Amino acid sequence: MAPKALDYESLNENMKKVQYAVRGELYLRASELQKEGKKIIFTNVGNPHALGQKPLTFPRQVVALCQAPFLLDDPNVGLIFPADAIARAKHYLSLTSGGLGAYSDSRGIPGIRKEVAEFIGRRDGYPSDPELIFLTDGASKGVMQILNTIIRGDGDGVLVPVPQYPLYSAAISLFGGSLVPYYLEETANWGLDINDLRHAVFQARSKGITVRAMVIINPGNPTGQCLSEANLREILHFCYQENLALLGDEVYQQNIYQDERPFISARKVLMDMGPPISKEIQLVSFHTVSKGYWGECGQRGGYFEMTNIPAQTVDEIYKVASISLSPNVPAQIFMGLMVNPPKPGDISYEQFIRESKGILESLRRRARIMTDGFNSCRNVVCNFTEGAMYSFPQIRLPPKAIEAAKKAGKVPDVFYCLKLLEATGISTVPGSGFGQKEGYLIFFFFTFFFFNFKHSPLLLFLFRSVSPGCSPGLWLLDGVVFAILYNLSSAALWDLSSDFEIGSSKLFLAEVLEAICYCILSDSSTH
Amino acid sequence: MAPPVSLDTINPKVLECEYAVRGEIVTLAQRLQDELKAKPGSQPFDEILYCNIGNPQSLGQQPIAFFREVLALCDHPSILDKSETQGLFSADAIERAWQILDQIPGRATGAYSHSQGVKGLRDTIAAGIEARDGFPANPNDIFLTDGASPAVHMMMQLLIRSQKDGMLCPIPQYPLYSASIALHGGSLVPYYLDEATGWGLEISELKKQLEDAKSKGITVRALVVINPGNPTGQVLAEDNQRAIVEFCKQEGLVLLADEVYQENVYVPEKKFHSFKKIARSMGYYGECGKRGGYMEVTGFSPEVREQIYKVASVNLCSNISGQILASLVMSPPKVGDESYESYSAEKDGILSSLARRAKTLEDAFNNLEGVTCNKAEGAMYLFPRIRLPQKAIKAAEAAKKAPDAFYCQRLLNATGVVVVPGSGFGQVPGTWHFRCTILPQEDKIPAIVSRLTEFHKSFMDEFRD
Repeated sequence: MAPKALDYESLNENMKKVQYAVRGELYLRASELQKEGKKIIFTNVGNPHALGQKPLTFPRQVVALCQAPFLLDDPNVGLIFPADAIARAKHYLSLTSGGLGAYSDSRGIPGIRKEVAEFIGRRDGYPSDPELIFLTDGASKGVMQILNTIIRGDGDGVLVPVPQYPLYSAAISLFGGSLVPYYLEETANWGLDINDLRHAVFQARSKGITVRAMVIINPGNPTGQCLSEANLREILHFCYQENLALLGDEVYQQNIYQDERPFISARKVLMDMGPPISKEIQLVSFHTVSKGYWGECGQRGGYFEMTNIPAQTVDEIYKVASISLSPNVPAQIFMGLMVNPPKPGDISYEQFIRESKGILESLRRRARIMTDGFNSCRNVVCNFTEGAMYSFPQIRLPPKAIEAAKKAGKVPDVFYCLKLLEATGISTVPGSGFGQKEGYLIFFFFTFFFFNFKHSPLLLFLFRSVSPGCSPGLWLLDGVVFAILYNLSSAALWDLSSDFEIGSSKLFLAEVLEAICYCILSDSSTH
Repeated sequence: MAPPVSLDTINPKVLECEYAVRGEIVTLAQRLQDELKAKPGSQPFDEILYCNIGNPQSLGQQPIAFFREVLALCDHPSILDKSETQGLFSADAIERAWQILDQIPGRATGAYSHSQGVKGLRDTIAAGIEARDGFPANPNDIFLTDGASPAVHMMMQLLIRSQKDGMLCPIPQYPLYSASIALHGGSLVPYYLDEATGWGLEISELKKQLEDAKSKGITVRALVVINPGNPTGQVLAEDNQRAIVEFCKQEGLVLLADEVYQENVYVPEKKFHSFKKIARSMGYYGECGKRGGYMEVTGFSPEVREQIYKVASVNLCSNISGQILASLVMSPPKVGDESYESYSAEKDGILSSLARRAKTLEDAFNNLEGVTCNKAEGAMYLFPRIRLPQKAIKAAEAAKKAPDAFYCQRLLNATGVVVVPGSGFGQVPGTWHFRCTILPQEDKIPAIVSRLTEFHKSFMDEFRD
């Protein structure tokens, strides 16, 4: 009997090659456990609202009004919506071609693309053309579209940083291209060495691969490093010399936690470099409403901006975008609001600033806490999170653990993360999901939203007294984490702790968590 | 050195695919619209009327109030506690918003959901499917997507391994299929709908095309059926559907059933029966801009479903607002609910208006010289056949255009009405058509009819043999 079209053997091989660990094995196991009733903390994906970050008020007010425009006619609307939200809703509705329910221009609403262009102009000091800005259902769709435009076959290579956000490797697999890795140097704060780049390109070419483009993620994901201006110049020079298009994933540009290297866009540096380079390098820059201090992941709002792409190519990209008719309109409005937020003097300005600052400052604190926490553990080294939303600590696993992993048929970091999940309910992503240098034992991926912020001095006391100078058993830590998150009374906590035992085989996991908890608890600020 | 991203060096599959619905004629229309704005009175018409695309709300159709109330509340849940909210929103909308928010972890509508869509919303949709079909539906078989297109793309990616893989597509077809097949490097295997029998689908034609493809070394993997049809509007008869399913079983083909127009049936003698769905965004709610849709995939192994899930997960999830809307559409207000009467009135109003407009335009086209137009049994389009005189065909050739594109451009320039040439959908070679939506507001239809009639007369006067 001939195999059927949707039998596993008959599927497109490229699809089977795709790996996307962020929602892969660990996440699926975590979801299973959640169904069984276990409390799970998802730190696998940058999904702030899922972990308690509140949406900003103003954009939600505006979009709600756009969803239900009949509200605008109601005399009582002013009772629950401020005047500037009402005005802004009217503004965006006037830009649409029939409200939120009509397909927009396939590139996105022209008026909103204009607002995006103006934002870019203010940010970089160089004008941007709205005709070269396409809004997309999330930045990921834009990335996929551009990669699909570039990749002709497996002879085409795309330079991708390692570790990288696995959208890139997944998309390259799906479109049948070749991933050309360039390694970021952990000991140099995940820095990028031009010599490594040259080497990577040389190796690829010697295998017969035509390297077409280079991806940079700035700030980095999962690594968090912010590229310096000098670095960006080097990269642009390199792309110019090697005739590569540059794809600048800049979705975390609002998430910067140090002051030495503020965010500079690839486009600004390119323009600063002047002709001929500024007129030659083909650059596509990506941004989103999912990250920053907005965190509106569920809206699926993003854009890409093209620089120096020939008009005919832009037409082709438009053509493919038009097949899907239009990106979702509510998210386009979120994008407009993000690039054009309340200004001083607006009714909602104070609240907006208070909310955004609150989130950014909290993120900055958490970046410090998590880094310090990991670094204070034995066998763990963690670079500071300069930007983005992730900690990416390196954990050196003992040989016994590696043996055990092999026996279980798993990659060591997957083994570790699964054990961590089963014991504590914390769902992470093993470093192998992002790529890592050979010879490194394990990387471990944690978003630091997960500790929600209601710790009390009583809990701190409890923790210290129960674990005087020795590693507590995992169950104790599980209980403490549980208590922090769910604000158990101290009496309930004592009940839990009396059941604890110390398990020696799990000490190495315990140490990691001990340090994290300690650091969290010692941060006395309230959130 | 050729720049990395130039026409010579981009993915040739991108170059090959075409999508006429927003193609050349629309670009022209937009230019004319800009000219009209800059210089009012510069054209022989007051406004451009986009009849190229099934986009009801862009032409004045009002959204269903209940749906929008719930969506607004889900977007801004902090007002749910306020007493003033009760005065602005209906009680059942408030209740439904609470229900939906309780199904979303942390009530966080701004968070990425499960890659197949929020579980609770899928449960609602599955229940809706069961109520519609009388057969159970499994929420784990449902994948919520940003509109229909990503779902179609996913299936094409899954099924197309090389150019040797073919997909049977109706001609005429909605060009999402031809475009996505080209984009993913497969082969389109056409099967012709029979215009003389109201765009009938004959199994014999399917068989013929399948054998033809096989003899050329093509492995046919799937059959695309659009029911109600786009652009053709025909609603399949139940026995026709059974024969189709049998055919797919015998030949080991996946059946891709595009049923987005299932709520748009205008003739009492026909009724919609689902195969199973690909996606929906049409119906009487017409919420195109939300990009809400789903596909229900049945009859395949767990390993395959894993692959579909995996690819869906790379994009994390579809937009939450669209997911909520899809669940609302599958579980609208019921008899007894506060919003039921107004909802019912809105729905009936829209559907009966669509049926009227379909009839008016169908009659108008049939009255034009050399034009015949099949009835629109369903969907949102008319697909009249135009018989062009030889002189017109020659003039088109001289202008380097397909004859129907030539006609449509002339039509646009004279009347401001934008329609899509039939070559964008495929047609029996040597025949010419165009697709026109039935969506302009009812009060605009008489003016459209008279402008069209006038244009057609002068066109025929100019080119009559």
